[in-house]
Amino acid sequence: MDLHKVNNTCRWQDLTEGMQIYEGGTSAQFPTGEWTAVKPEFIEDKCKQCLLCVPVCPDSAIPVKDEKRGAFDYDHCKGCGICVKACPCDAIKMEGVN
Amino acid sequence: MGKRDRLSGNEAVAVAMRQINPDVMPAFPITPSTEIPQYFSSFVANGQVDTEFIPVESEHSAMSAAIGAEAAGARTLTATSSCGLALMWEELYVAASNRLPIALALVNRALSGPININCDHSDSMGARDAGWIQIYAENNQEAYDNFIQAYPIAENPDVRLPIMICQDGFITSHGVENIELMEDEQVRAFVGDYAPEHFLLNSKESMAVGPYATTHYYMEAKKQHAQAMVNAKQAVLDVAKEFEKVTGRSYGLFEAYRLEDADYAMVLIGSAAGTAKDAVDELRDKGVKAGLLKIRLFRPFPAQEIANALAHVKAMAIMDRAESLSSQGGPLGSEVMAALYRARSQALAVNYIYGLGGRDMRVEHAEEVFEQLRQIADAGEVTDAYRYLGLRE
Repeated sequence: MDLHKVNNTCRWQDLTEGMQIYEGGTSAQFPTGEWTAVKPEFIEDKCKQCLLCVPVCPDSAIPVKDEKRGAFDYDHCKGCGICVKACPCDAIKMEGVN
Repeated sequence: MGKRDRLSGNEAVAVAMRQINPDVMPAFPITPSTEIPQYFSSFVANGQVDTEFIPVESEHSAMSAAIGAEAAGARTLTATSSCGLALMWEELYVAASNRLPIALALVNRALSGPININCDHSDSMGARDAGWIQIYAENNQEAYDNFIQAYPIAENPDVRLPIMICQDGFITSHGVENIELMEDEQVRAFVGDYAPEHFLLNSKESMAVGPYATTHYYMEAKKQHAQAMVNAKQAVLDVAKEFEKVTGRSYGLFEAYRLEDADYAMVLIGSAAGTAKDAVDELRDKGVKAGLLKIRLFRPFPAQEIANALAHVKAMAIMDRAESLSSQGGPLGSEVMAALYRARSQALAVNYIYGLGGRDMRVEHAEEVFEQLRQIADAGEVTDAYRYLGLRE
């Protein structure tokens, strides 16, 4: 599907009917990371690559490549702070979460 | 050629459903539901239809299941009444905004409280802003005919909205009348097969229904929905024309009864129109120019056409079988008066609340209203535009 038919600049006449989306996996194109002002900070030096943070992320905002986690995907991280709690190495910090 | 049969309004609509042979019917099987799912489930049990009947645990679930089924690509219907519709409320909006042409057979009964199970329009009037098409019937024949026309209207590509086919609780739903039924093959041909362009069970296309509409989208989505509702008026007229070709029975946006040269008019919805027609006939015999406008299509509201049809009357009574507790009158009163204002009408208009909770409206009540209209027209002004009819006071 042509996603230009469902975006922030579409006129009402050009939206799909009922805003239906005729394609799979399109949520990656929806920057839900805008929803929060606070973000977790990844301190790579302290990280032991245990990957405990990865499965607890409700939004797959911690990408893993070659068995190592990378920088946060801030386009989709909603700042819930769960990863901060899950990290045993103090390698993730976020304002308001101890 | 159709055949005649004696049926209650509930039976008539259930027969229409059998003839349509929908794919799915989710329904809450006990009170406040109607006999419609009961009759229909016997058709399912007897193998007279191919429908998947889903007995659900509540009306909220009935409408939720209907949404899922319709989105999947199945022609879906359900039936309810009164507080059953109220329990569907949240999901009614979802069905409409997702543009799912579900058909709902509604038997109009009062919403509690105080606790009451009898006829009035408070259930569907409460849902009037949910984005569903609403069509009302005066008698069993109209309830049947309207249901046959439901899907061709709702599934029209310019419309694609859910549709509520309403009839008056007990008065038509349980009252037995001699009506003319279409042949099964005629109904199948008239309603046709359902072949949506997009549907969830399509293995060749992934699809998301009902995505989150942030601030950036919500207003545009609403405007698009509103335009579909505007388009529904023409679809109603087009389908009525096709229906007349098959059955000879004529329908429009409303019925104008002896209205053309009327000085005094009553505007109303549903079975009370039959009673009021008797009053109109009696008054006409006495030389009083009384007439009546019976609303068939309430959503979308054909404001311009209604105002035009009433343009020449001296005084009119707009009859509401529902209270909106606005301190100004009922919902139909608001809609018609707004239509008159936009049309720059000079007609004097008064709004009556009548028939709540099953209170009968008799011929003499209608005559009393027409007498009041004569007095209003003679006085040239309306002193109290918000009145009750048949009230002990």
